[in-house]
Order: sequence, then structure tokens, then C-alpha cells
Amino acid sequence: MTTITIRLNGQPVTRTIDDRLSLADLVRDHCLLTGTHIGCEHGVCGACTLMLDGKPVRSCITLAVAAHGAEVRTVEGYDGDALMAAIRKAFNLRHALQCGFCTSGMLATAYDMLSRIPDLDRDRIRAELGGNLCRCTGYLSIIAAIEDVHAERAAKS
Amino acid sequence: MKPAELSYTRPATLSEALATLHRHGDEARAIAGGQSLGPMLNLRLVQPKQLVDISRLEGLRKAAMEGGILAIGACVTHAEIEDGVSADVTRGLMPHVARGIAYRAVRNRGTIGGSMAHADPAADWLTTMIAMDAALRLSRSDGSRQIKVADFVRGALHTAISDGEIITQVLLPRLGSDARWGYAKYAKKPGDFAQSLAVAVVDPKRNFARVVLGRRAEPPALLRELSRLLTANPRPPPQDALRQAVEADLNDAKVYANDRTMHRAIVERAARGLSA
Repeated sequence: MTTITIRLNGQPVTRTIDDRLSLADLVRDHCLLTGTHIGCEHGVCGACTLMLDGKPVRSCITLAVAAHGAEVRTVEGYDGDALMAAIRKAFNLRHALQCGFCTSGMLATAYDMLSRIPDLDRDRIRAELGGNLCRCTGYLSIIAAIEDVHAERAAKS
Repeated sequence: MKPAELSYTRPATLSEALATLHRHGDEARAIAGGQSLGPMLNLRLVQPKQLVDISRLEGLRKAAMEGGILAIGACVTHAEIEDGVSADVTRGLMPHVARGIAYRAVRNRGTIGGSMAHADPAADWLTTMIAMDAALRLSRSDGSRQIKVADFVRGALHTAISDGEIITQVLLPRLGSDARWGYAKYAKKPGDFAQSLAVAVVDPKRNFARVVLGRRAEPPALLRELSRLLTANPRPPPQDALRQAVEADLNDAKVYANDRTMHRAIVERAARGLSA
């Protein structure tokens, strides 16, 4: 057992945990933030993607102890965030989710590509989304939602 | 899908990390980004009792020129190479390869040293490093050594690393000003492991040319005939000579049947890419 402290959605959180606990299980079972979903549990499906020190990572193959001292942002941690608000609105308008299982990972990946890649286009969005699986096969509407947000942001700047 | 019981430690210095690994012998594993080891832990394919996290050791997190060699710290991430955070001596080959590795969320944590240590033959760095004639610097508590990547890889997921030893740097020779490279990969979806992967490097100033084929389950194959042909003809050789060399190399690599069509196409694409 190891005692760790992280900043979780802006708040300091201290827990004593098994060394083998994943970051995904830490936020879900020990911090009761169940918006992070666990799908394949070996880094393939992308459902568990969340932000670690501002960058998307797979929380199912990241040990919680390794996140000691880091900043963790889950899907619950975007209150007042303009970019995430725009992405959510576009997902809503484009019907970019059905069952919602992949959605928190999709939102994290969308947030990352929209803030990191200035010349985002349809092909690049498809490639960047390659690591997030949706089994309702809503890819086209997810791509369209991200395109909408990018176009809005490009028009404003 | 949870790892077996284990203990985790994050030593503050390299010597402390090496001493811990030495003390625990074959029950310990070094972990950096954990993007290969993490899934193997979850699937319980490996069950180390002790994990030693080396990912934040400052000395392994940077890249520096040592004469004509770029020494990249083993814990530099694929994303950092993709973004050009560390220097590039490969005329764009390294960032290009990095961008095609798995997904951004994996590249943010996965490291070049970890990828070498895992030695999946379908992964990008292994084939690329052999094509670049790169070497590795390895350290253990009683000293360090250097080994060419081509000699380091013994087979699929099998390397020359010993208990208590870690990769500290990847050593890349600087390409000359007129050097060119070609890269081609076939995977079933973006970011998936390659079904076939070829990297060609031609560096006329060093009289060097090398083409390497990466594939599943077999260690990367150095394509000797094609490499020899490109050394003699750094400008693309005639198409029929090229095809003849590729066929001889595919025979040598024992690539037959359906796979042969795929690997031939990928190798020829990488060779054609050289002219660009």
C-alpha cells in the first residue's frame, strides 16, 4: 500500500491504495467519479482516456501510484471550460453518441486534438480518433461534431 | 484484467534505480511509460513482484549531441519526438515515424527506450533503429555497455538485456546533408501494429544504405541485396534491378505465399519513397 496525493479536477485528493491499482480504478472506485469508463482494460479501446498533466492518457494502463503529484482531469472536471462546452454542444447537435460508453474518452481525445492541432482536417480527425472505439458506430457523427467545433474556432480567430 | 500483486517504487536517481533492480533480480522490472508493460501486467503475461519506475529520471529525459551521435534518453516519449521537442538528426524520419505509433494518448506516455526493451517486431522503432544502424547504451549496477540494436534483438519480444540492466540512451548517427529515407507501413487501422513495415535509409556521404523489413512474430529482417544495391546506386536504381534484389531478399527472409505480396509492396514503397 502507498499513500499518494494528486490534484483531481482541481482539488487535492489523498488516498492510500494498492500499488497495482490503475488510475482508472482510482478515479472510479476510490474517488467515485464514474464518468471515466473501462472497456478493454489493455490500452486498445480508448474509453478510459483522461487528462494527466494536461495530456490524454490511457488510465487503465497507467498505475495510480505513478500519478502521484500529478494533475488529473476527468470528464467531470470541465465546468466553465469554453472548449469542452463547444464540443459537448456539437456532440449533442450531431447526435455523436448513442450508448455513451465511449463518450468520455472521445471528449478527451477531441479536446486534445482541437487544442493541439491548428490545421485539423477531416483526414487528420479520423487518424487522431483511431485510438477510440465506438461500437454504436457513430464515427461519422463524431467526426462531424469535431469538424464543426474546429470550423467555429477557425472562424473566430 | 488487473495486475497481480506488486510493489512500486520511484527512485530519485539512476544509481538508486539500478541498485533496486539488482537487489530484486529477476523479480523486478523497470517501467517507464508502461504502454507495453501495462497491458502485459493487466493480462498477467508478466507478474513482477517489484516495479521500478524510471520514467522521471532527469538524465533519461533529454537528448544531447555527443560528437556526430545524438544520444536520446530512454524515457523521451514518442509524442516528444513527434513534436520535435528533442533534436532531430534524421532529416525528419524520427518525427514521421513517431506520429504513426499507436495513438496520441499512448505516445504521451510510451518511451523510445521502453519500446526497444519490449522488442515487439511489429513496432515502429525497432525496424527504424536497425535501418539507422543505431546503438543502445545499457547500464547496470556494476557498469555500462553499448550494443547495436541489430545485435540487441534476439527474436520477437526477446533481447540481449540481462536482469538488473536498463536501457539509458538510444544512440543515433547523424545523417548527412544529402541523406534520404523511405518509410512504408501497412496496418489494419491507423495506430495498429504493423502487418508489414519497411524503412530505407540512404546516406551517400557515409557510403551507407540500409533497408529493413519489420513484421509480426519474426525479428526485423535486414534486406542485404537491396541495401547493397542502394549503396552502389544512391540515386534510385533501375526498376528491374530493384525488383530482382527485393525478390532475393524476400527469399532470404523466407517470406512466401500471401505475405509475400504484402511485404513486396511495402518494401518497394519504402524504396520508391527514397526518391521523394
